[in-house]
Amino acid sequence: MLLRLLAITSKEVRQLSRDRLTFGMIIGIPLMQILLFGYAINFDVRDLRAAVVDDAKTSHSRALVADLEATGVIELAAPSPNVPDLTRRMASGEVSVGIVIPADFERRRMGGDRAIAQVLIDGSEPMVDSVARALASVPLPARAGDYRSHTPAFEVRTEYNPERRTAVQVVPALIGVILNMTMVIFTAAAIVRERERGNLELLIATPIRSWELMAGKLLPYVLIGLIQTTLILTVGARIFDVPINGSLLDLYLAAALFIAATLTLGLVISTFARTQFQAFQMSFLTLLPSILLSGFVFPFDGMPRLAQLIAQLLPLTHFVEIIRGIVLRGAPLAAMQVPALKLVVFFIVALAIATLRFRKRLD
Amino acid sequence: MSAQAQATALQYAGDYAISARGLTRVFGKVRAVDGIDLDIPRAGIYGFLGPNGSGKSTTIRMLCGLLRPTSGTVNVLGHEMPRDAEQLRTRLGYMTQKFSLWDDLTVHENLQFMGQVFGLPAPRRKSRIDAAAAEFNLEQLFGQRAGTLSGGQRQRLALAAATLHEPELLLLDEPTSAVDPQSRRDFWESLFALVTRGVTILVSTHYMDEAERCHQLAILANGKLVAQGAPPRLMTDIAAKVVEVEAIDTPAARHALLADPAVLSVAQLGTRLHVLLDPAQQDPAERIAARLREAGVDGESTLVRASLEDVFVAATGFGRGNGDRAGG
Repeated sequence: MLLRLLAITSKEVRQLSRDRLTFGMIIGIPLMQILLFGYAINFDVRDLRAAVVDDAKTSHSRALVADLEATGVIELAAPSPNVPDLTRRMASGEVSVGIVIPADFERRRMGGDRAIAQVLIDGSEPMVDSVARALASVPLPARAGDYRSHTPAFEVRTEYNPERRTAVQVVPALIGVILNMTMVIFTAAAIVRERERGNLELLIATPIRSWELMAGKLLPYVLIGLIQTTLILTVGARIFDVPINGSLLDLYLAAALFIAATLTLGLVISTFARTQFQAFQMSFLTLLPSILLSGFVFPFDGMPRLAQLIAQLLPLTHFVEIIRGIVLRGAPLAAMQVPALKLVVFFIVALAIATLRFRKRLD
Repeated sequence: MSAQAQATALQYAGDYAISARGLTRVFGKVRAVDGIDLDIPRAGIYGFLGPNGSGKSTTIRMLCGLLRPTSGTVNVLGHEMPRDAEQLRTRLGYMTQKFSLWDDLTVHENLQFMGQVFGLPAPRRKSRIDAAAAEFNLEQLFGQRAGTLSGGQRQRLALAAATLHEPELLLLDEPTSAVDPQSRRDFWESLFALVTRGVTILVSTHYMDEAERCHQLAILANGKLVAQGAPPRLMTDIAAKVVEVEAIDTPAARHALLADPAVLSVAQLGTRLHVLLDPAQQDPAERIAARLREAGVDGESTLVRASLEDVFVAATGFGRGNGDRAGG
């Protein structure tokens, strides 16, 4: 019955509006997250401290070092006299890139059958790949009279993100991560809180039905989720220049679908947890795999089969796929029916589990 | 439960608001409620008297369908519990032991919410809330958050909320355990007013004075129902004779009396001792007087009518269970 459902919803909104801390979280968490992620997560590496061991000491070796520095990837520290000194400085963390130019540099350069120099990269930091790629693509300094062109085999063009800015990749998916974080926690706590404060015993002695209680608790948070979506999109567009290429309506539809799915995940948690603390722990338990496996950080196709299967069970995986499509590629929601349907299925199954698990009894 | 017992339970349902047979609830190894039979008449106040942990709350929770009995049958207002619990929700009112309305909602919002959840249409909801406010003196508190109310105010609000939908049967789990004596008296006035309107009330308590006000009383101890009946009847039917001893040196008197095998228990009430004796004793007052003389203790002894407290002590095995014969 609608009256009972709305009674729960309006009670929830009232309580929420009186809980300043939670109310602050609704705005505070997304704002903090997007600024944090937007500024801190940066896969473009720049200005890494580097040291050179130049055993050749020719004009060409100096030119090569100058070219490497010109890429902006490295920033030169004082040169090292020999390789052992260089490795010591790398081990101590003083420099993270080492460039070794062997004494027979000139001969290698002429011969063209051996690598002419060596780049040492600190593999303990998550940047090896892009550094290696950036430095290895630097062409050899041209020699007078050498007219061979250094044409690369492929020309790479990055569609939808021509400047290859990390923010463009991160911000749309960040909507999902932030919603996942806040929505699950809100509803995970919703029923446990009633239990902890002793309200549940009274509530289950009323004619309210399980699904009315579940749906009534869910509704206000859908609205809150959409507010958060708007906030992230606005900050993303204003501060990080992330364009919204697709339709806003599609975007909000997809967001509402995802919000509903994550909220029901929270409700399921709420029927398992006995205390709010347990509910928070379980929420975090679902959050970490969501962030790691959804394709938010690592490309989905590169993950092992098992990880991909687990990722299929996480709503964030499907949402990241949809939201990147809408925001960056300008695709309509209708073109991404498969992930959208997976979210619908997740929502229905989770709501059914939560409703069936919630018994109007104390035992 | 046998078919015969089930038939008996159904037969009782017509005359009684609640009938239970062999009601048992086990938590792990603890038998919280152990084979209780109950017949609670309509339009009266039925009391559960017992110490904490005697199974009062568990029984009430089973009667309103919040807990499933391990065995036994329950019939409430002609319906089998817990099977028909949902159908009965609108006909039952339940007040939990702990205040369980919402602290962060105002008095009016709490009542409004309960009215909505019980499906009262807007006009009736308004008239019921106004009536409840007048009856339980809540008008001035309408805008106040429930969390800031005093114990007595909270309890008035809880009773108002539990009776908002005008239930036929009201189950109250230790409703007065956290309120002052004046609030307790007012609360009981409200209960009697409800009974005159035909409401059946089941109330649990550990206060003797409250138990004495009930039309019918059941005494519970360790999950068992140890005595049942109208309080005056229980007091005349007590399986002991009661002698009141007025003595200056009560510890010495008590010590002397406990040595007598005919003495079942000795309880102190101020400067007096209530001594329960084997009912077979012909002249218990004289026997007690003789014992005191032998022990050289000064004291007056008179045969008196049993109080409900004496009934309680007698029904719960004269306090022998816990090694203190003067318990209660």
